[in-house]
Amino acid sequence: MNFFLATLLTPLLGGLLLGIIRNPKLAAKLNILTSSLTFIFSLFLAFEVLGKDSVHAMQNWFYLDSYNVFLVSLTAFVGMTTTIFSKPYMQHELGIGRVNERRMRLYHSMYQLFQFGMLLGFTSNNIGVLWVSLELATLATVLLVSLYRTPASIAAAWKYFILCGMGIALALFGTILVFFTSSTVFGHGNEALTWSLLYAHAGDLDPTVMGIAFCFLMVGYGTKVGLVPMHAWLPDAHGEGPTPVSAVLSGLLLNLALYALVRFKMLVDGSTNSDMAGHIMMGFGMISLLVAAMSLHKQRDIKRMFSFSSIEHMALMTFAFGIGTPLAAFAALLHMTVHSLVKSGIFFTVGHAAQIMGTQKMAEIRGLIYHHPGIGWGLLIGTAAIAGFPPFAVFMSEFLLFTATLESYPWLCIPLLLGLLIAMGGLFRFVQPMVYGEAPEHAKAVHVNMTPVYVHFGLALLLGLAIPTFLAHWYHQAAALITAGTV
Amino acid sequence: MSASFAQQIIDGMAALTLLISFALLAQHRMLSVLHWFAAQGLLLAATAAVVAYSSGEHELYISAIMTFLLKGLLLPWMLWRVIRKLHVHREVEPLMNSGLTVIIAITVTLFAFHIIQPIEVTSDLMTRNSMAIATACVLLSMLMMITRKKAITQVIGFLAVENSLFFAAIGATNGMPLVVEIGIAFDVLIAALIFGLFFFQIRNTFDSMEIDTLNASLIHKDEDE
Repeated sequence: MNFFLATLLTPLLGGLLLGIIRNPKLAAKLNILTSSLTFIFSLFLAFEVLGKDSVHAMQNWFYLDSYNVFLVSLTAFVGMTTTIFSKPYMQHELGIGRVNERRMRLYHSMYQLFQFGMLLGFTSNNIGVLWVSLELATLATVLLVSLYRTPASIAAAWKYFILCGMGIALALFGTILVFFTSSTVFGHGNEALTWSLLYAHAGDLDPTVMGIAFCFLMVGYGTKVGLVPMHAWLPDAHGEGPTPVSAVLSGLLLNLALYALVRFKMLVDGSTNSDMAGHIMMGFGMISLLVAAMSLHKQRDIKRMFSFSSIEHMALMTFAFGIGTPLAAFAALLHMTVHSLVKSGIFFTVGHAAQIMGTQKMAEIRGLIYHHPGIGWGLLIGTAAIAGFPPFAVFMSEFLLFTATLESYPWLCIPLLLGLLIAMGGLFRFVQPMVYGEAPEHAKAVHVNMTPVYVHFGLALLLGLAIPTFLAHWYHQAAALITAGTV
Repeated sequence: MSASFAQQIIDGMAALTLLISFALLAQHRMLSVLHWFAAQGLLLAATAAVVAYSSGEHELYISAIMTFLLKGLLLPWMLWRVIRKLHVHREVEPLMNSGLTVIIAITVTLFAFHIIQPIEVTSDLMTRNSMAIATACVLLSMLMMITRKKAITQVIGFLAVENSLFFAAIGATNGMPLVVEIGIAFDVLIAALIFGLFFFQIRNTFDSMEIDTLNASLIHKDEDE
């Protein structure tokens, strides 16, 4: 299990090392190196797990199955491409004086610690440690959101900190309730928090306590997923933080919270033998989808607009996991993958677009395609991909989700379709003039690296045209695992 | 110490914890809020020690010592220093309609007992009372965060939520496993350090510790431009 330790420890050591490196150029390169190493190790790890059903590491402390190992690779991959994007981006921010060298050091160090928290959360077998690592990842990103030290960024970080601290406290209360019932089965020790053991004996857990616990976990982790009405922190944190941070928040951190929620849903399903957890998730998902789709129309700031699109897509996934059929879970997993890829790609593009125009206000961003064709096309293709146009994989996963809804809850197809259409309208309403409008005079040339964007969109296209056999097999395995407890 | 005597002590401490949560809600002087917060931390450590003694869980003694050092001494001391440095220790915070707040607080407490009701049947006396009280304390601390308008009292509310959660863990389950407990304590410590950092940034940027001032800088980003 050496690859496992390497995957986990590389970002931790990298983060500590980057904390003492003063030269920002060197630090940016080391940042890329650390994340690339993490990604390579995670690939080896994935191949190791692929052959087996599940792998335990370090006695029972860590647990890898088909569900989380693919998320580990995805996290490491997006983590790597974000560092490649962040190098020229943050160099520009340093050049125009929005950050100084000391804060660049904080940025690189916290970025890697955030990665560490994410990977620890995904691989941990202990639901208490999962909570601790999610809190760790949150704390790291709080410092990243306030990096520019503008009044708005400090206010956004404060809101993020307080609201997510609150949410995560409720999740801890839910975890304590789970321990309350599981300690009567497993005795008072770490076994009672070990997910793989709990899962095997889910039937022995008290259904009443697990039901109450799920309500707290839903609101708690749901705050971090960004579900309405606990979503107030999300647009502010995405809008005011540096763009690489918005990209990893949207593409990765929200996934970890949803991952935790689904893990608990698997336990609660096994314990209560009812659809209760699924129905709660579907309710939150549907309301979030509709509210996010409509709020999207009212935005003025480009990053805030796309952050509402993130809420919309997390809502779709929550809804899909809530339905609980293997098809719906397959759709949700595929959607999780492509949303991470496409949304972070969009944020990369948006970040460069905002640098060129010198503003994040959508009314002042115009004519990107004439000024910088790469970015203009990037934004257009990215928006088409995220809005669910074929042949991109978002279309595939939304189509599968639609089919799954039609099978189980046909009448819910109407609000689902409505939400998707409203969101699509909102996206194009804003993106079209930004891409084609008349380019302003003051736009400046910046050094951009579009490779990560093309790689992300290319992968989303590839997944939409033909999912590789091993990946499809993987999704099937994970979907079967997630829905095993559903009646 | 016989089991029923220990139970009575723990129930008494649970009642005191609930009382402190109400006291925190009603204080309007910055220093009194801090004193009650420190008292809550010390009471928590004492409760953990009593539970450790009566249940024979030796790991819980370590938790008790950790709680005493972190929540009884270190955090109140850190907050006290921040308050002194920011010159807000004499500040008086106007409370929103305090009569209404108390009525809401009582409702919240009753609600907490109500949601714990179905659990009560399946467990023994000690855990059900303290579980309900812990739930009430969590909700009351959240109420404190909602009703307060200053950054520092909000943070004390946040830390009071953490205290209530720890109380839930020792009251209902004889404490979480030590590894998790240490992890949580570590996170709380880091969070407190970051909060401390933020206080100075907020003061330097906004020249005020009012939450409304903070939110005003975000409002122009919204649709109501």
